[in-house]
Amino acid sequence: MQFDSFSDFVAMGGYGFYVWLSFGCTLLTLGAVVVDSIFKRQALTRSITQLKAKQDRMLAAREVKERL
Amino acid sequence: MWKWLHPYAKPEASFRLAGAFVPWFTALAVLCLSVGTVWGLLFAPSDYQQGDSFRIIYVHVPAAILSMGAYLTMAIAGFIALVWQIKQSEIFVAAVAPIGAGFTFIALLTGAAWGKPMWGTWWVWDARLTSELILLFLYLGVIALYNAFDDKALAGRSASILSLVGVINLPIIHYSVEWWNTLHQGASITKFAKPSIDSAMLWPLLLNIVGFGAFLGALSLVRFRTELLKREQRRPWVRQLLLGTGEA
Repeated sequence: MQFDSFSDFVAMGGYGFYVWLSFGCTLLTLGAVVVDSIFKRQALTRSITQLKAKQDRMLAAREVKERL
Repeated sequence: MWKWLHPYAKPEASFRLAGAFVPWFTALAVLCLSVGTVWGLLFAPSDYQQGDSFRIIYVHVPAAILSMGAYLTMAIAGFIALVWQIKQSEIFVAAVAPIGAGFTFIALLTGAAWGKPMWGTWWVWDARLTSELILLFLYLGVIALYNAFDDKALAGRSASILSLVGVINLPIIHYSVEWWNTLHQGASITKFAKPSIDSAMLWPLLLNIVGFGAFLGALSLVRFRTELLKREQRRPWVRQLLLGTGEA
C-alpha cells in the first residue's frame, strides 16, 4: 500500500484532480459504450416484436374481411 | 484444412458462436480491469520524477494501445469483407468502430489530463497528439458512413474501404515520436528491447491492457450480434429466436 490514509489516496500527492479526472472520464466513457450496446439490443428486440404484432393484426383483419 | 470453419459463415451459427464468447471476455475484462486498476492506484510505487500523476498511465496506455489495436482489427475485418464479401465481416467493422472511438477519446482525454501537470499544457499540435486525433476522426467517419446508407450492403462496403484507407495512420501514430520532435515520450513497452519500466509498475499496466482488450472483445461481439439480428430480422431464424415461432 502506497498511501497512509484515505485522504492521502484522494490527494494523489497533489495530482488528485488530474488522476481522478482521467479515471473518472475513462469509467464514464466505457460505461457509456456498455449502456449503448445493451440499449441497442433491447430496442431492436422491441421493434422486431412490435413489427410481428402489427403483421399479426393485419393478417387477422384480412381474415375477418374475407369472411364477410 | 479450414473446412471446419465453413459452417460458421451461416449467420445463425456465427450469432451463436459470438454469443458463446461474450461471457468469457466479460469475465476476463472485469477481472483484469478491477485487479489492474486497484493495483495500479494503490500498490504500484509512485514515479521518482512524476510522483503519483504517473498513475494515469494505467488508463492512458491501455486505451491508446487498444485504440490502435481496435482499428487494426476493424481494418482486417474490412479487408475480409471487401475481398471475400462476407457479410459478418462488414457487420464486425460497424460493431468495432464505436468502441474504438471510445478508446481513442479516452486516450486523448487522459493524455490531456496528464499533459497539463507534466508538460504544462493540455494540448499541443504535435505529431503524436494530432495523429491520434485523426484516428478519432477516422472512427467517426466509419460510424457516420455506415449509418448514412439505408442499403446496408453498400454501407458495409463503404465503411470497409474507409477503414482500410485509414490504416496508413497507424504507423504514423506509432513512429510519430521517433520521426518528429514531440513532447510525447517514446515507447516504453511496445519495443523489441527490454521494457524501460520497472516490473512493479509494469504488471498492473499489462493487466489493464489485457482488460481493455477483453472489453473490446466482449462489447464488439455484443454489438456484432445486435447488428446481425437487425440485418437478418426478416429471416425465419431471427423470428424463431426472438418470438419463439417458426412462422414469419
